[in-house]
Amino acid sequence: MANLLSIIVFLPTVAAVIMGLFLRGEDEAAQRNAKWLAFIATAATFIASLFLIADFDPADPGFQFVEEREWILGFTYKMGVDGISVLFVMLTTFLMPLTIAACWNVEHRVKEYMIAFLVLETLMLGVFTALDLVLFYLFFEGGLIPMFLIIGIWGGKARIYASFKFFLYTFLGSVLMLVAMIAMYVDAGTTDIVYMLEEHTFASGTLDIAGWQIVGGLQTLLWVAFFASFAVKMPMWPVHTWLPDAHVQAPTAGSVVLAAILLKMGGYGFLRFSLPMFPVASDLLANFVLWLSAIAIVYTSLVALMQEDMKKLIAYSSVAHMGFVTAGIFAANQQGVDGAIFQMISHGFISGALFLCVGVIYDRMHTREIDAYGGLVNRMPAYALIFMLFTMANVGLPGTSGFVGEFLTLMGMFQVNTWVAAVAATGVILSAAYALWLYRRVVFGDLIKESLKSITDMTTRERAIFAPLVVMTILLGVYPALVLDITGPSVAALLDNYTAALDAGGDTQFAQR
Amino acid sequence: MTAADFQAVLPEFIIAALAMLGLLAGVYTGKDKTAPVILWATAAVFTVVALWIGFSGEGTSVAFGGMFIDDAFSRFSKVVILLSAAAILLMSENYMARRDLLRFEYPILVALATVGMMMMVSAGDLFALYMGLELQSLALYVIASLRRDSLKSTEAGLKYFILGALSSGLLLYGASLTYGYAGTTLFSGIILAVADEPSLGLVFGLVFITAGLAFKVSAAPFHMWTPDVYEGAPTPITAFFATAPKMAAMALLARVVYDAFGGIVSDWQQILAFLSVISMFLGGVAAIGQKNIKRLMAYSSIAHMGYALMGLAAGTVMGVQAMLVYMAIYVTMNVGTFAFILSMERDGRPVTDISALNQFSRRDPTRALAMLVLLFSLAGVPPLVGFFAKYAVLLAAVDANLAWLAIAGVIASVINAFYYLRIVYYMYFGEAVEPVDAASHPVLWGFLMVSAAAMVFGVVNLFGVDGFAATAAAALVN
Repeated sequence: MANLLSIIVFLPTVAAVIMGLFLRGEDEAAQRNAKWLAFIATAATFIASLFLIADFDPADPGFQFVEEREWILGFTYKMGVDGISVLFVMLTTFLMPLTIAACWNVEHRVKEYMIAFLVLETLMLGVFTALDLVLFYLFFEGGLIPMFLIIGIWGGKARIYASFKFFLYTFLGSVLMLVAMIAMYVDAGTTDIVYMLEEHTFASGTLDIAGWQIVGGLQTLLWVAFFASFAVKMPMWPVHTWLPDAHVQAPTAGSVVLAAILLKMGGYGFLRFSLPMFPVASDLLANFVLWLSAIAIVYTSLVALMQEDMKKLIAYSSVAHMGFVTAGIFAANQQGVDGAIFQMISHGFISGALFLCVGVIYDRMHTREIDAYGGLVNRMPAYALIFMLFTMANVGLPGTSGFVGEFLTLMGMFQVNTWVAAVAATGVILSAAYALWLYRRVVFGDLIKESLKSITDMTTRERAIFAPLVVMTILLGVYPALVLDITGPSVAALLDNYTAALDAGGDTQFAQR
Repeated sequence: MTAADFQAVLPEFIIAALAMLGLLAGVYTGKDKTAPVILWATAAVFTVVALWIGFSGEGTSVAFGGMFIDDAFSRFSKVVILLSAAAILLMSENYMARRDLLRFEYPILVALATVGMMMMVSAGDLFALYMGLELQSLALYVIASLRRDSLKSTEAGLKYFILGALSSGLLLYGASLTYGYAGTTLFSGIILAVADEPSLGLVFGLVFITAGLAFKVSAAPFHMWTPDVYEGAPTPITAFFATAPKMAAMALLARVVYDAFGGIVSDWQQILAFLSVISMFLGGVAAIGQKNIKRLMAYSSIAHMGYALMGLAAGTVMGVQAMLVYMAIYVTMNVGTFAFILSMERDGRPVTDISALNQFSRRDPTRALAMLVLLFSLAGVPPLVGFFAKYAVLLAAVDANLAWLAIAGVIASVINAFYYLRIVYYMYFGEAVEPVDAASHPVLWGFLMVSAAAMVFGVVNLFGVDGFAATAAAALVN
């Protein structure tokens, strides 16, 4: 099928349009129809993406399923996937049906809610498949609109503040990237990402701007602009402050999508743009990113330790885990980059599941205060088991997917900068501290709180949502080759080009490494 | 006047004749009872003339010894002016009729203003420029104070008149300096005079002319009249101010800087870049605190003019193309937005408080969604068409080595996004208090929907606007 990617990307939007045009009324039947239609659409997208992965040739490091058409103002509609992006497509299509199923209890403006998620899915898939700069930007920024509405309409008490902060923060980050993209277009004469990756080299000679010596020249300037966008999206310390607010105020399904998929756009961006297109600048600034990541891991883990709100705790833990990703990427070796991708995929499952875990008890008690819980194991054994599994995965226990990602990225870091690896490794211990402490306070102990006496265990629907996540977490933990076989060749090719570019432009003092 | 000259000004002549006929018909027959007929006839003629100009015109012809230029650039601008004026006329009928404002002079004055605008974009001489500009301005001063018994409306008209006269004075001063140093009022002569080592007097003339025109496009720091006039004038008139005259003034500015001063790009580039930066930031910052949606749209238009000026400041073909694309998209968005604002009523009385939109999405989801699309498009958020407008001007700026201007522009766009989001906030997140009526006149509904749909489906090919704009820009810059 020549248009498979377009079909996958736009199928959810088609469903959203159908829903918007033909589904009328606010009664229960209409709500149920909206939910089922959204679920079927996302499930169909997932099935379509199974064809994609089945036909994908892991040995080929280049782009596959490429579609290209003429478009307006000199750019093209070009899509394709390689070993790096195909897994993010799969992650998105896999998680979306679960997300939809997780908001089955929503009763407030159900139709609009479903439409927002379906449109959001299209935009997220577009980010991972676009092979044209402007097309990428279109999807990347477009995702802000539905997410802004999801937080603002269906969010918690301080949702207005959180939604505005989310929107303006990320918008400011990415508009700078837009200027950089335009500069790249002017420099390269095309917006084709494949051409820029394979043929074009951006100048890296030292520039003199208003008396400032810019080492790495144009590459450094572009790198910084992209960094502004991706670091906010990721999010990296110290520009992470929008994330806890957004997470806490977003509805459960919104948090799941935000943590599991939207954050991965930043990491994907680093892999697709920063590292391969600006190798000299990446090399120059690698230590800067590595140290930022190390600080992020330790600092946000400590902050997570002191949180009283469950969602906020998991949000900070997400920032810490994303620190491993950025450090792995800018270690720029096979283990580091492979590990970073693995960590992103695995974090998608684990953090999504953890937010769902919070959602399960929030649906029952309507509070996220850790102090409001305790002793849940007495009434909710199944919940205790599942929460336990994902807590362990979050900690990075061997046998779960969390371990593989952290181990590989630490190994990558160690080869480049031992000190960063040492600092980052303490984050593993800290994550055990905050995650296990959270688990103890919520699940263990005696069930003394009056309000919890009548709490019920998970329903069949909830168990069904968790089942695929449990399977994936353990499967990837014991057999990581599932992911690594696909990413391997593309990452190897990326790193070959990277070192070749550094050798060619080896006029910088750090290039000998 | 030869036949060829007459041929070139035929569209203007038709509309001027229409205005005269309308005046006679109005005076000698039913006075204000004829107003709807004249209004519909005017809108119909505008549309027909726009289609005729758009489809039949080709090449470049010069009439009246170089005073009047008919080229792809002027045709592009005229089509935008005529179509938006027609749309605003149709949108205003119901609103004006229900408030006893539908006088037969109204469509006639709009027609005269439109002739002035068409004259402006075709001007090839400082006299033609001033004639068109004043014809437009005088008509606009009058319709700004159309509601004679309202203090605010008359105040708006008077303010507009006094400040407009001041700007005309500046412009005339610049024109006389230019004439004195170039020895001619023809653009084609001025460009020869500035070709080699322009004298200081000519540069002074350029500065004063630019200042006068910046006043007309309401670029900061010459924007002071805009919020008061926007607020005071009846809403359909505000809608008119926000669309066609902006296009005309922007096109005239482009005409002057390229046709007359095309040889000294670096001299006017700084001026325009400065106006652009100030407008983008001032419009964005000042709009944040506004509670009245008409004042908010005034500051919004100031900011948008800043972006259009960014395209012009690039000083390249690409820049002019970007400016034209920007203006066409801006006008389309504003028609839709004002169609919405015109329908904001509570118990039949117009409301302009933004907070009246609280929970509007519950009362009328379809219109709320259309407005949402328009607002995000105005903010320049992809994938809506408003983004492509911003993209085009940013690209032109970076291409012309004005990267600092582009960076300033994107930072300002974040500030600008905030107040559009505030309207979204009221419509979708707010608490319901004293809501506005959910009903809307079918014409307004239609324009709102068409405009919003254009913002979504334009992503496919921008309806070919970029191609027309490229032809138009190439005709201007040669």
